[in-house]
Amino acid sequence: MDNFARAFFLTEIVKGFLLTLKYMFFVPRVTINYPHEKGPISPRFRGEHALRRYPNGEERCIACKLCEAICPALAITIEAEPRDDGSRRTTRYDIDMTKCIYCGLCQEACPVDAIVEGPNFEFATETREELFYNKEKLLENGDRWEAQIAANLIANAPYR
Amino acid sequence: MPLRKKVDTPDIAIQEETQIKPYTMNFGPQHPAAHGVLRLVLEMEGEIVERADPHIGLLHRGTEKLIEYKTYTQALPYFDRLDYVAPMNQEHAFALATENLLGITVPPRGQYIRVLFCELGRILNHILNITTFALDVGALTPALWGFEEREKGMEFYERVCGARLHANYFRTGGVAQDMPAGLAEDMYEWCEELPKFLQDLESLLTNNRIFKQRTVDIGIVSAEEAQDWGFSGPMLRGSGIVWDLRKSQPYEVYEKMDFDIPIGKTGDCYARYLVRMAEMYESIKIMKQAIEQMPEGYVKSNDYKVSPPPRAEMKNSMEALIHHFKLFTEGYHVPAGETYAAVEAPKGEFGVYLVSDGSNKPYRCRIRAPGFAHLQALDFMSKGHQLADTVSIIGSLDIVFGEIDR
Repeated sequence: MDNFARAFFLTEIVKGFLLTLKYMFFVPRVTINYPHEKGPISPRFRGEHALRRYPNGEERCIACKLCEAICPALAITIEAEPRDDGSRRTTRYDIDMTKCIYCGLCQEACPVDAIVEGPNFEFATETREELFYNKEKLLENGDRWEAQIAANLIANAPYR
Repeated sequence: MPLRKKVDTPDIAIQEETQIKPYTMNFGPQHPAAHGVLRLVLEMEGEIVERADPHIGLLHRGTEKLIEYKTYTQALPYFDRLDYVAPMNQEHAFALATENLLGITVPPRGQYIRVLFCELGRILNHILNITTFALDVGALTPALWGFEEREKGMEFYERVCGARLHANYFRTGGVAQDMPAGLAEDMYEWCEELPKFLQDLESLLTNNRIFKQRTVDIGIVSAEEAQDWGFSGPMLRGSGIVWDLRKSQPYEVYEKMDFDIPIGKTGDCYARYLVRMAEMYESIKIMKQAIEQMPEGYVKSNDYKVSPPPRAEMKNSMEALIHHFKLFTEGYHVPAGETYAAVEAPKGEFGVYLVSDGSNKPYRCRIRAPGFAHLQALDFMSKGHQLADTVSIIGSLDIVFGEIDR
């Protein structure tokens, strides 16, 4: 009898529509208008890489090659030589962003916080070649995102 | 001039009916109901499946071999990419295996955080499975709503480790970083609200006649069959066997948790759906307990031969800096030996068999993926069913190709 009543009155449909109406009018909207609105990301977010500089403009990277050694995907290539002033710096710092698995081990390894995975996740390109980042591009990223990266590092410092 | 040449057709009378081979059909790998890259060669007798032959390997990346060339730290991110629906549960198995060999213990807070995120992973997995399963049998709405809750869960992942999916959060000896302030409270709040959503989800499916027609008595697995084919997880419990590694061989702090193991009675697709649904409520219970009981303290081992020292110390102490450099270049050496560590992943028993030769890289890492054992049973489960039922069965198997093809 119960089954018959349920079959006859199409209770599933009624229930389904009631739920739809509930979500339509009484539950706040959850979708966001993506390119204009963005979801929140945490200070720990691991996005596009950046090479940072000290406030006086000197690059942080000291070519210790820890990031190159720890990278599980072998995405980082570094070559280094002493500069004219005697300090050891990289002459080449390449990251193949197509190989990178965004595990964050490079930024964990870096003893001077030079290589970081910044908050930017919108770096899609039209060609593959554009994703082979060199030192110039990485430093440029660092300059562009420095304010946010520094804030994130400070926010996350107690946990590292 | 006629385009076709006229051919004399010989007058051959068909003497008797000839049995022709069953119609062979290719299902997938691009079919949306194939859940990834499953290629299924189906031998059909009309609409009835005579034989289902799963062809796997389209997502093979050689993870096991790859791990032999990576240090233990570097191998860990590859476990996220096995079952990418619940990444941290996979990492857990590898971390446990390495800890077994090293003979180190995880500080209590680290253990609680691990349990918390493993259960979150279970909920994420089951939401995905149930909603896409419903999608396969014709219900679109659960998938659209379910992903909202899933997204909230993945936001917690992102807040704790920085990535929504490929976490790389569990490390040998604990977890990478402590949970940020406020996260535990937010997770507790989410746990309070989630049952409401699950009830809405249930009201759409559990008594829905279309859903029941598509799942009840489809793909029945008896208790013996389930054991013979090496089932585990909800697939085994759906057939009425009480078996859960969290209870039978508790790891981490599961011993202290109060939870039940839901089982199904009939062993069909519907029973497996009910088991997964009930498991989510149990997971919520465990998550709440983990947050309530979570002690203060370290989240990873203090042994700087294995886990890197904190950053402040690394900047000030020469010894810590040396440890830091050693760990990020050479890694740590694991004593020779072999071990098997298994966890109750959302899909079943996920195990890692690790052999070490005393160097800084695993000698062999064999991965036992539950989905692999479940997929091989597809043939006997779908035999005699209609083509559309095969789709229900695949949905209820909860297969993810990342772990099957490895």
